[in-house]
Amino acid sequence: MSLPAKTRLFAVLTILSNVAGNSFLTRGMQQLGGIGNSPLALIAALFHPWVALGVALLIVWTLTHMALLSWADLSYVMPVTALSYVVTAFAARLFLGENVSSARWLGIVLVTAGVTLVGRTAAASSLIEGKPIEGKSR
Amino acid sequence: MKWVLVLMVICATTVGDVFRSLGMRQHGEIHDFRPGAIGSAFGMVARNSFVIISTCAMAVSFFSFMKLVSIAPMSFAVPMSAAAFIPETLLARVLLQEAVDWRRWAGVGLILIGVVFISQ
Repeated sequence: MSLPAKTRLFAVLTILSNVAGNSFLTRGMQQLGGIGNSPLALIAALFHPWVALGVALLIVWTLTHMALLSWADLSYVMPVTALSYVVTAFAARLFLGENVSSARWLGIVLVTAGVTLVGRTAAASSLIEGKPIEGKSR
Repeated sequence: MKWVLVLMVICATTVGDVFRSLGMRQHGEIHDFRPGAIGSAFGMVARNSFVIISTCAMAVSFFSFMKLVSIAPMSFAVPMSAAAFIPETLLARVLLQEAVDWRRWAGVGLILIGVVFISQ
């Protein structure tokens, strides 16, 4: 698999696991209600089924994100995976029944524009290695 | 309480991401995705001090976030944590010596403005 194709595949996996993980985590934490601030209560909450499923998906997210960071710049990976904020707003509305205001939708458009702009730059331009991995801008 | 948790998430995420990137670069690019190779790569990475610091910071970030989604909507909590982009991009330029060109800065700027609207 070519590096740009691998980069895109891992970016998609990172986004999907992040949104699904956060959705299940939120559903679980809202079902639990007020659990106080103690670390023990938060650790106990990890055993709630929805929270546990959310955490499992967020572990998948962490692993794909770490793999992606091993070959691509942090300043590329961060904004591209920010697409998950857009998908999160849709998931919040569809699966959690949250009201998403028009200001929030405007924000989503701006985030998408920002993500598109960042996607037009090379994924790796690190000065540490002394050579770009993916060449110049696509 | 909500904003204290937002601040905790942002600070801990920034420390976690920057140290994770430093640690993964010390390890080098992962080419082999078979389970055994992934396991040995994980073993090496788990002993990297940058990755250990990153993991502790991410734990603080995660539990703060978990508490945040119990008192705030997900469509608020998740985009608010994106404010970490600003300190992270600055640190990517300064600490990781990444070449951040004007388009990437402009993109990050748009994302920031978007995040402000999303937080309304």
